[in-house]
Amino acid sequence: MNNSNRHVISILMENESGALSRVANLFSARGYNIESLTVAPTDDPTLSRLTLVTSGNEQVIEQIVKQLNKLIDVVKLIDLSETDSIERELMLIKTKALGEQRAEMMRLSEIFGGHILDVTDSTYTIELTGPGGKLDSFLRAVEKDAILEVVRSGATGIALGQKALHV
Amino acid sequence: MEPITGAEILVRCLKDEGVEYLFGYPGGSVLHIYDELYKQEDVKHILVRHEQGAVHAADGYSRASGKPGVVLVTSGPGVTNAVTGIATAYMDSIPLVVFTGQVPTALIGNDAFQEVDTVGITRPCVKHNFLVKDVRLLAETVKKAFYIAMTGRPGPVLVDLPKDITITKTEYHYPKKVKLRSYNPTVKGHAGQIRKAVDMILSAKRPMLYTGGGVILSDGSAELVELTQLLGYPITQTLMGLGAYPATDKQFIGMLGMHGTYEANMAMHECDTLIAIGARFDDRVTGKIDKFCPTARIVHVDIDPSSISKNVKVDIPIVGSVPNVLRAMINVIRDEKLKPDTEALTQWWRQIDEWRKMESLRYRPSTEVIKPQFVVEKLYQVTEGQAIITSDVGQHQMWAAQYYLFDRPRQWINSGGLGTMGFGLPAAMGAKFAFPDQDVACITGDGSIQMMLQELATMKQYNTPVKIINLNNGYLGMVRQWQEFFYQKRYSMTYFEALPNFVMLAEAYGHVGMKIERPGDVEGALREAFAMKDRTVFLDFVTDPSENVFPMIPAGGGQNEMLLAERDDMVSTHEEGMVLV
Repeated sequence: MNNSNRHVISILMENESGALSRVANLFSARGYNIESLTVAPTDDPTLSRLTLVTSGNEQVIEQIVKQLNKLIDVVKLIDLSETDSIERELMLIKTKALGEQRAEMMRLSEIFGGHILDVTDSTYTIELTGPGGKLDSFLRAVEKDAILEVVRSGATGIALGQKALHV
Repeated sequence: MEPITGAEILVRCLKDEGVEYLFGYPGGSVLHIYDELYKQEDVKHILVRHEQGAVHAADGYSRASGKPGVVLVTSGPGVTNAVTGIATAYMDSIPLVVFTGQVPTALIGNDAFQEVDTVGITRPCVKHNFLVKDVRLLAETVKKAFYIAMTGRPGPVLVDLPKDITITKTEYHYPKKVKLRSYNPTVKGHAGQIRKAVDMILSAKRPMLYTGGGVILSDGSAELVELTQLLGYPITQTLMGLGAYPATDKQFIGMLGMHGTYEANMAMHECDTLIAIGARFDDRVTGKIDKFCPTARIVHVDIDPSSISKNVKVDIPIVGSVPNVLRAMINVIRDEKLKPDTEALTQWWRQIDEWRKMESLRYRPSTEVIKPQFVVEKLYQVTEGQAIITSDVGQHQMWAAQYYLFDRPRQWINSGGLGTMGFGLPAAMGAKFAFPDQDVACITGDGSIQMMLQELATMKQYNTPVKIINLNNGYLGMVRQWQEFFYQKRYSMTYFEALPNFVMLAEAYGHVGMKIERPGDVEGALREAFAMKDRTVFLDFVTDPSENVFPMIPAGGGQNEMLLAERDDMVSTHEEGMVLV
């Protein structure tokens, strides 16, 4: 797709059963792609916050935003890519840690600001947060054979400054 | 207040909502509700013969009256049978409230008898749906369902009712109003945008009004007529928009799109300013999208923001309800005494009149064989253009749209978006419930009519006299036409080698059947049928099997690339069109 840009869309929706499937359904029914999707209740238990990462040209993104707004359960949404915002993702990674690898892996984790959550005589389990790109870099830096398991949460994000998405 | 059961609450809600007719079919999960219906007479239940018929009937009732159509079906197969009807209403934005039975809450997810995931199955084809899990929320949910169905861009809303909810008791209170923080449709158009639009509209040299079903759904016909006549501009309407502006007025230049008139499609192609009102730039209208209105600036008025710039990028979008926005436009024009460019307009009309001379709806008359177009023309004459017409889907639908001139909104009822064969007969029944004193005719074909025949029994039971105009050519005509043009006449599975004797069939259901085989008998038969005010009459017209619908824009063609009757060789000119529908 030409001019296809990555967009992070953050949605406040009614915390009702089926609300998530309405969003997921919309994307599959209309052929939009979802790169990642995270959802959890907010401080207000009647509301869920959903963050989804998608890509498309300007027209596609405009339609996605309109179609999402049209869902009855969607209260408000913001395209974080259109504003100053930060994006964070959590990654848990289990690596081999044998011999020289042990020091190397610990050093790498430190450089990327990670925490080692669990240690065995042959593995580390590391926690890392950051923008998706940073997590990608970490994965590139680690020797491929050393990776045993990777879990990523998908991106969440928030606008910077005084702008806030609330009811 | 005395606690009452969920079933009783539901029936009370329907009464308080002013529901006159409930179209439905009983079953295990809705027995409590049917027991409550039995005890009262305010809400009249219409027992159909198939759940799809119930939804189409409610849909026809709604399209004719402007009121919401209300349906009640049982769980499982009751729901799956109703889905086609719901999807039909969804595609044409028809307000329905569909109540479905569900297995008891405790059994949901256990593959219980007659269980389906109703909310899941219907999610893509409803405006919204609810599963009621607490009887205390029932009345409020019903109110929300009617509110959502009827406001904004209307549509079907489904309420799924587990059986235990209908027997559990609580106090009844029906809210007068509901508010949803997440749903607040914009009705009033943006004043600045309206002002900009008026300037653009009045600066046009070759203007064109293109209006759709939204005008009818929003009851914006009076405003549309006023604005159009104030401007003096040509107007075309979509299949769904017919009747909003009177077809017999000289400013109306016919339907546009795949089977639109030559003048409407040429004017669309050549216009410099397009004013789209309550229309959604459907592929049957636009033809090939990059050849659509190549020289036009576009104003688009629609209540649904997602309809705007979906298929075609527009210059001035206005979100709001049609009557509201048009009234505001009229006020600006009148208050400021603004005038269109009359000189340019005169020239533009001269050009349009040239196109009109093509007489693109002309067909070759016959004294030997009945031409389907001729039947529709005669129907128009015999009913003096006053009947409510429903149609099924196919060639007959296009001929109905082309040759019956609709002068008022809600007079023309058809499945435009989903194109559901079988829609016409139950929809006609629903329209007859809404207007028992008006003539209602269902224009159908031998293919479509066989998809919902069973409703003839319902029509007998409730005495809803409808005239069924069966344009019987023995073929699935529209598919046959495409096979003739684009598949070198390989008529794959489009000929019915066996058809029922429709006259005997009508009689078997207790109605009147007539078979008409000669052109000279058409008018007499129609007059005889319409004279039988209290009878449903099945008129089986044996028509020319080789007749095609013209003009036609082949898939992949631009609006100016029409095929015209007796003038064009019917071969596919667009290879890319073969992948389109």
